[in-house]
Amino acid sequence: MGITKYITKRILQVIPLLILVSLISFFIIRLSPIDPLAELRLNPSISEETLQKEIKRLNLDKPIAIQYISWAKSFVKGDLGYTSDGEKVSVKLKERIPNTLLLTSIVIFLTWMVGIPLGIIAAVKKETAFDRILTVLSSIGMAIPSFFFAILLLMFAVKTGWFPVGGLTSYNFNDMNLFHKFIDLSKHLVLPVAVLFAISLSGLQRQMRANMLEVLDSDYVKFARAKGLSEFKVVFKHALRNAVNPMITLLGFEFAGLLSGAALTEYVFQYPGLGRLILEAVMKSDINLVMASLMIGTIMLILGNLIADILLMLTDPRTRKTQEAK
Amino acid sequence: MEFLNKLFKDKFAKCAFIILAVLYFVILFADFISPYTSTYSNRDMAYAPPSKIYTIDEKGKLSLPYTYNYVRQYDSSLMQTVFKQDRSKKYYLKIFPKAEKHKILGIIPTSRHLFGTENGGQIYLLGTDINGRDVFSRLLYGGRISMTVGFLALFIVFPIGLLYGGISGYLGGIIDTLMMRFAEATMAIPSFYLLIILAAILPSGMTSVQRFSLIVVILALIGWAGFARVVRGMVLSIKEEDFVQAEKVMGASKLRIILKHILPQTTSYVIIAMTLSIPSYILAESGLSFLGLGIQQPDASWGNMLKEAQEFTNILYRPWLLTPGALIFVAVLSFNLLGDAIRDILDPKSENKYTR
Repeated sequence: MGITKYITKRILQVIPLLILVSLISFFIIRLSPIDPLAELRLNPSISEETLQKEIKRLNLDKPIAIQYISWAKSFVKGDLGYTSDGEKVSVKLKERIPNTLLLTSIVIFLTWMVGIPLGIIAAVKKETAFDRILTVLSSIGMAIPSFFFAILLLMFAVKTGWFPVGGLTSYNFNDMNLFHKFIDLSKHLVLPVAVLFAISLSGLQRQMRANMLEVLDSDYVKFARAKGLSEFKVVFKHALRNAVNPMITLLGFEFAGLLSGAALTEYVFQYPGLGRLILEAVMKSDINLVMASLMIGTIMLILGNLIADILLMLTDPRTRKTQEAK
Repeated sequence: MEFLNKLFKDKFAKCAFIILAVLYFVILFADFISPYTSTYSNRDMAYAPPSKIYTIDEKGKLSLPYTYNYVRQYDSSLMQTVFKQDRSKKYYLKIFPKAEKHKILGIIPTSRHLFGTENGGQIYLLGTDINGRDVFSRLLYGGRISMTVGFLALFIVFPIGLLYGGISGYLGGIIDTLMMRFAEATMAIPSFYLLIILAAILPSGMTSVQRFSLIVVILALIGWAGFARVVRGMVLSIKEEDFVQAEKVMGASKLRIILKHILPQTTSYVIIAMTLSIPSYILAESGLSFLGLGIQQPDASWGNMLKEAQEFTNILYRPWLLTPGALIFVAVLSFNLLGDAIRDILDPKSENKYTR
């Protein structure tokens, strides 16, 4: 089975999953005692016409099953309705999704660049002082609540004044030249990235260490050593390939964890991402926005898992075999 | 007993166990140990810094521990309210003083507390919050919620997950497929998004007990699916074993086979998964309360106490408001270490593996 065929098969599998997710979230939100238009009604800048249009679009006067079908129809068409401020939901999402993707992709990139080597070193130098220190540090990283760590960093930032606090860009961002824009953006990103990086690094480092130890203990590595290969070759040429494969599966999970963890971090740093958007939407009981961002979050998560699966297929020939066997 | 011996051989696990035991002891007797009751609030003393306790008096002589009260003043040069010690009167610390009435464990009525000051004195070990409530006392009362929410959620998650995974794995076929697709769908929603949505649709105007129990249920709704999937995988291999086949031949009902013969085989995995998942519930509850969607004021929880620490002025000038975060950290760390040790004992094969 070719890779393209596999990918199409996987994408086709995603569709029923998305339908199920949308059903679950739709019913949770609709069966709640909240009036989806309460905010819209209270907002004086929303005209009666928009309100009626919204009621009609959501079919609020019809039974819930029909409501769902009409919602699904307009969702597929890309019409996500209006927020309680009267803005288009799709515009708002377009603004926020890149920010969250930027944050998470930087974090994932950094954690892999640092976590994998650290995991390897810790495994090779098992039970040395270096390994012990890393173990202690990763225990701390795994136990510290993201929002508490974020507050501590905020405290640091406010005291030293080294980093700007809140938002993604300074107020005069549009007047800057490209270089200064880049500097400004990075300065705003340092703190949220640091929080998420520290937390996901600990898990990744530990997992990599565990995988590496398991592989180093296997017969074929012992054989490679017995052949008299240099330790460097044994570790990087033979052991690493097998130790990294399970990590790729974890990439999908990591993405999911980051989406959730980012929500709290974004909240503390006032970062304009998807997580904070859904939080604000939930607080204002802005149903359209909640439903849409929930779906987008789910799609992002599923895509993350899909990418991980495809990567695994490319790196691990065994998964290709089992696919063929099916 | 042998299990405990093994557990205590691990230094970290021993420390973690002792820390947790102390924490649970303290929150159990929170009414008695804290100098103030859960409803105490002194509006004149908002944001008072921690009381300083002296053991050497102004003449340089050793003395019984004493403290001074704070008075609030407006400093016009700094343009802000400052707290100054009122040095005119010393208040000696007392053991078992009489103060506000409370009930130990909710049964024994008394007005004695573990410690306090002489009449008229104030003792704020960790300062006060915006409403002039003693942070130290509230930490203890808040611990009652934060430290139990995880356990209670487990008692919902695990029966559901076991039964769901057991039925799905044992019956197989179309039922299995349907049940697993549903579980996967709930797992595909980013869990924290789902959590805040569920918490937000809780109707307002509930009593604190109702709210607490619903938060527990919501936390449980997030965690069951992943667990059920693993159980299903285990059941798939267990159901092929001879003793299950024998039961079948003897005509035992399906439910009986699942409950009495298959699920008990998963015990060690369940214990490991339980201890390792408590921290995530503690973190989830504190995260929710931190956002204002979980436990509501005036009830204390470590998460909602930390909410105040977000404001810049509080971060800069009132670092004592950060103490709940430190406690969450300590509790989660201890549970993690304990969980790791328990896993190593019950499942030696996966010694270095860190289960998710």
